[in-house]
Amino acid sequence: MTSPYPLLSILGIVIVALTIAASLIYVERRLLALWQDRYGPNRTGPFGLLQVVADAIKIFMKEDWVAPFADKPVFILAPAVIFVTVLMSFAVIPVAPGIIVADLNIGLLFFLAMSSLGVYSVVLAGWSSDNKYALLGGMRAAAQMLSYEVFMGLSLMGVVILAGSFSLPAIVEAQRKAWFVIPQFPGFVLFLIAGLAETRRIPFDLSEAESELVAGYHSEYSGMKFGMFFVGEYMGITLISGMISVLFFGGWLGPVLPGLVWFLIKTFFFISFFILLRAALPRPRFDQLMSWGWKVMLPLALVNLLLAGAAVLLWR
Amino acid sequence: MFSVLRTIWYVFLHAFQKRITVQYPEQKPYLAPRYRGRIVLSRDPDGGERCVACNLCAVACPVSCIALQATEDENGRRYPDFFRINFSRCIFCGYCEEACPTYAIQLTPDFEMGEFHRKNLVYEKEDLLIDGPGKYPGYNFWRVAGVQIGGKNKGEAAHETPHVDVRSLLP
Repeated sequence: MTSPYPLLSILGIVIVALTIAASLIYVERRLLALWQDRYGPNRTGPFGLLQVVADAIKIFMKEDWVAPFADKPVFILAPAVIFVTVLMSFAVIPVAPGIIVADLNIGLLFFLAMSSLGVYSVVLAGWSSDNKYALLGGMRAAAQMLSYEVFMGLSLMGVVILAGSFSLPAIVEAQRKAWFVIPQFPGFVLFLIAGLAETRRIPFDLSEAESELVAGYHSEYSGMKFGMFFVGEYMGITLISGMISVLFFGGWLGPVLPGLVWFLIKTFFFISFFILLRAALPRPRFDQLMSWGWKVMLPLALVNLLLAGAAVLLWR
Repeated sequence: MFSVLRTIWYVFLHAFQKRITVQYPEQKPYLAPRYRGRIVLSRDPDGGERCVACNLCAVACPVSCIALQATEDENGRRYPDFFRINFSRCIFCGYCEEACPTYAIQLTPDFEMGEFHRKNLVYEKEDLLIDGPGKYPGYNFWRVAGVQIGGKNKGEAAHETPHVDVRSLLP
């Protein structure tokens, strides 16, 4: 199942992904404000919608400063890496029937590989900044993302067992009878937590950790390079939300409304949930994070995988 | 684990609560009567300046933002020749109001003093003086002070018995 107009869907997905990621800055501020009994940005334009434009203009006008002590080529490369890897992952997401950039038969593995590559961005940024806080942030990110990737992959294998395919459109089609969140609820919870850790969002933002590490791995970044980390993070949220809705909530499947709308509704629901988590949860200590990952989540993922495999063997 | 879920739920419920933000330029916040804002110089009920240029406010001011020069009028009544408050320094602590022996200097519930030029934040006496008596409507320092000035002899102040010429009491 390839797209009838490949260029059109490539352009469409890139533009929509970037637009959503940029407007998430506004959405996040408004939603956080809602949950903190405030209003958030509501002055620029109707409902403050032009805040995104104002922010974009401001960040483009900023001086693009590279610290003289930084490792220059790596320093410049690092923000591009996160951008590229996240955008590459969007290639395998089936937005609606037929609207997909590349229907790989190992789409899920491609997604996992790309999100693993994303860690390079953070580590290289932390390393090339030649700043102890940035380096600490980069090291934390490396340890965190490596350990959370392990059970991120494992938590998805239950879905793969049930669907019998690594191809994401096939996984969506396999959910016609029931969304995978019902038989694979533990897998869903595990993937949600791992996804949070992958995007370095607030409960797991130890690599950024404003209260301890200045701004972590992007302490030394300014201007659009910082903006790329920022937008990359928001694209990561969009990506993980999209993956959750594809893998566990039936992607484009839904009554009445067209598939694209269903996909967007589900994705936006999980984006909002990520923002709610940011509003609600504190950041754990680093050793808590690691032991939680290795001692709780990994065994749970393995048990979940075993049970899913056993169930499929028994009843099919 | 349960507490984490409960936290998320409670934070979510805040979506349905009233927002406490005051939408400032359209909606003014309530300022208490004793709010310490813009400083004014008040007048007696009969319209004279209350300030006697004693310099206590300038001394009490922790950031030295008050400058004044004392002078006397033809009746021997002290008043400030100039009185200047630099509001770009003022921290609105209210010490000047506490130090003032004549209730002349007062802080008012008004903070909308934004300016584009720093110089415009230096208020002269004309800018500071108000027409009324401010927070103390009936108070007139010269009517209760036992000092003799032109137009008011000893014993003519409020709550004072008329001056007695001790020589007339001789047997």
